[in-house]
Amino acid sequence: MSDHEYTPKSKVGKWFNDRLPLLTLANHLTDYPTPKNLNYWWTFGGILTFCLITQIITGIVLGMHYVAHADLAFQSVEHIMRDVNYGWLIRYVHANGASMFFLAVYIHIFRSLYYGSYKSPREVIWIIGMLIYFLMMATAFMGYVLPWGQMSFWGATVITNLFSAIPLVGESITNWLWGGYSVDNPTLTRFFSLHYLFPFLILGLVVLHIWALHVPGNNNPIGIDIKKPSKDTVPFHPYIVIKDAFALLIFLLIFAFFVFFSPNILGHADNYIEANPLVTPAHIVPEWYLLPFYAILRSVPDKLLGVIAMFAAIFVLVILPWLDTSKVRSTVFRPIYKQFYWFLVADVLILGYVGAMPAEGLYLLIARVATAYYFAHFLIILPFLGMKEKTTPLPLSITEPILGGSPDMAMAKNNSDFKDKL
Amino acid sequence: MKIFLKLTFLFFIISSLILSRANAAGEQQELLKVDWSFKSFFGKFDRASLQRGYQVYTEVCASCHSLKHLSYRNLAEKGGPEFTELEAKAIASNFEVTDGPNSDGEMFERPAKLSDKFVMPYANVQEAIAANGGAYPPDMSVLVKARKGGANYIYSVLMGYDEPPAGMELDDGVYYNKYMYGNKIKMSSPLDDDIVEYADGTKATVDQMAKDVTTFLQWTAEPHLETRHKLGFRVIIYLSVLTILVYFSMKKIWSRIETKV
Repeated sequence: MSDHEYTPKSKVGKWFNDRLPLLTLANHLTDYPTPKNLNYWWTFGGILTFCLITQIITGIVLGMHYVAHADLAFQSVEHIMRDVNYGWLIRYVHANGASMFFLAVYIHIFRSLYYGSYKSPREVIWIIGMLIYFLMMATAFMGYVLPWGQMSFWGATVITNLFSAIPLVGESITNWLWGGYSVDNPTLTRFFSLHYLFPFLILGLVVLHIWALHVPGNNNPIGIDIKKPSKDTVPFHPYIVIKDAFALLIFLLIFAFFVFFSPNILGHADNYIEANPLVTPAHIVPEWYLLPFYAILRSVPDKLLGVIAMFAAIFVLVILPWLDTSKVRSTVFRPIYKQFYWFLVADVLILGYVGAMPAEGLYLLIARVATAYYFAHFLIILPFLGMKEKTTPLPLSITEPILGGSPDMAMAKNNSDFKDKL
Repeated sequence: MKIFLKLTFLFFIISSLILSRANAAGEQQELLKVDWSFKSFFGKFDRASLQRGYQVYTEVCASCHSLKHLSYRNLAEKGGPEFTELEAKAIASNFEVTDGPNSDGEMFERPAKLSDKFVMPYANVQEAIAANGGAYPPDMSVLVKARKGGANYIYSVLMGYDEPPAGMELDDGVYYNKYMYGNKIKMSSPLDDDIVEYADGTKATVDQMAKDVTTFLQWTAEPHLETRHKLGFRVIIYLSVLTILVYFSMKKIWSRIETKV
C-alpha cells in the first residue's frame, strides 16, 4: 500500500508524523495512483461520501428540533418547516438527500456490475459496500417513520409485521421490535435512536470500504490490471479531485432543483396526513428506492417465503463475486453479458414499477416473472455464462490501444468513445 | 442461447407495453388545471388573493376546518398575506383563547394575541366527528401537500359538485363530487356566489373564491414558498457559475497529460 517512504519537510511535521503518521496518510491519499481512463461513472464514490456527510449534518440539526413522541412528532416537523430558521431548507435537503443518496448508490452499484469491479481482488470492497447498502436501506426506512405521517405509520406496520412470518418466535420478535403490541410510541423512539446511530456505522464502513479499495487500487473501464504508478495512472490529486468536484457540482444542480423547486415530488402525499392507527391508506407503498424489493416480497404468495425472497435478493448480491465465473471484468469485452446486463437493469426498473402498483392481476404476474428473472440472472445466467462466453481480446494496458493502435477495431472504437464522452 | 436472449427481450417488451397501457386505463378523472401564480421558478403568491382567501377561510371553512399549525403572527409575516401588524392583531383579538392558570390557579379567557395558534373550531377530534355526521373535517394546515394533485386537486374538489349521474344512489349527508376519491364527499358544496363580500370589490363568484382559498391553503402548507424560490434561483446561478469555472480548471489540469477528460 505504501508506495514510497514519505518524510514531512518541517521539523514539527516530522515530529508529529513519527508519532501518528497522519501526514503519511494524507500523502498517500493525494499521490494515490488512479487509472487515467476512469469515466464519469467513477465519480459517484465521491458523490456518495458527500451525500453521507450532508445527511449526517442536516440530520444532527433536525435532531435538535425534532421531538420523538407519537403525539408530538408530526407537530415538531411542522415546527421545523415553519418556525425554525431555514428549517424548511434543512428538512427538504435531508428528505431529498435520502433520495439522491439512493440514486447515486444505485448508479455506483450498477457501475460496479458493468465493469466487474466486484471481482477478484476486490470482493471485500464489494461485500462492505453491500453492508453499507443494507444499512442505508434500514436507516432510510426508519427515517421515513419519524415524521409520523400515515405512510410512516403504515409502512412501519407492514415492514415490522414481516418478522411475524418467522416460525415459532415470529410474534415475540415483532412485539420485541415494536416495544408493545402495535407500532406506537416505543417503536418511534427506538427508530429515532437507531436512525441517529446507523449513519455513523455507515461512516465507519465507508472508511473500511475506501481502505479496502486502496489496497488493490481502482478498477477501470477496461477492467485489466495495471501497473501502479505508471503512464496508465495519474495521481489522485489534482486530476481525480477536480474531476470528482465537477461531477459533484452537476449532481448538486439536480439536487438543488429538487430541493428548491420540487421538494415533495419524490415523497408520498399521504405522509402529510398525521398517523392514524384507525385509518389504513388505500395503497401502502414504500419510498421509491425500496420498491424493487417490495415487489419481490409481494410476488411470493407465502408470507415467510416472500420475506426470504426479499432478503435473498440482497444476499445474492453479497455472494456475486463467486456467482460470476467470468475471469474478464469489464462488460466491454463480454458481448453476451452486455445484453444480460441491460436486461437486468430493465428487470429492476420493472420490479420498481410494479412495486408501486397494487399487487393484483397483470401487475402480480409481471412481478412474478420479473422476480424469477432477477434470481435467474444471478443464480443461473452468471455462473454458466462465465464458463461459455467467448470474450473479445483484452488490451495489454490502458495506453496501448491509444498509443500503439489496437488490432481490435471494437476496442479502438471504444477508446475513441471514451475520449468523446469524458 | 440466442433463443433465450430473444425470449427475454420479448418479455421486457411485452411487460412494458402492458404497463404503459394499464397506466393509461387506470387514470382517474383528470383534475382542473389552473395557471397558479405560485408555480414555476419565480412563482410568488398573489397578495390580494391570499388576503381574500383568508377571508373565505374564516367566513366559510373555519367553522369546521382547523389550521392548527398556524399562528396569528403568520398573517403579518413576509411571503404570506402580509396583513399589517395592526390588522393581524385586530384579527387575532376577534378570537377567545383559554389561558392560565393565573395567580389564583384558575384558567381564564382572553382575546387571542399574535403569538397564539389559530383557534380550533372543535375541542377535539371526537367532537368534530360527532358534529359532522361521522366525517372528520381534516385540518387544513398542510392539506395541499397531503393530497395528490395539490392545489389543482383542492380547486377541483371545490368546483366539482354536480348532480350525481343517473343510477347513483346517495345516502343522506353524502354528496356527489366529480373529483373526490370514489366521487362521494360528506361536505356539502361550501361555496355559493356572493357568500362572502370581498372588501376590495372583487366579485365573489364560486370560481374566484375557490381560487383564492386554494391560494391561501397553498401558503398555509408552504409558508416559505417565496423564499424557497428566491433562494433556489440564487443557488442554481451560483452552482452553474462554479460548475463552469471548475470545468475549465479541470480541462486545464488534464491538458498536462494526453488523456482527454
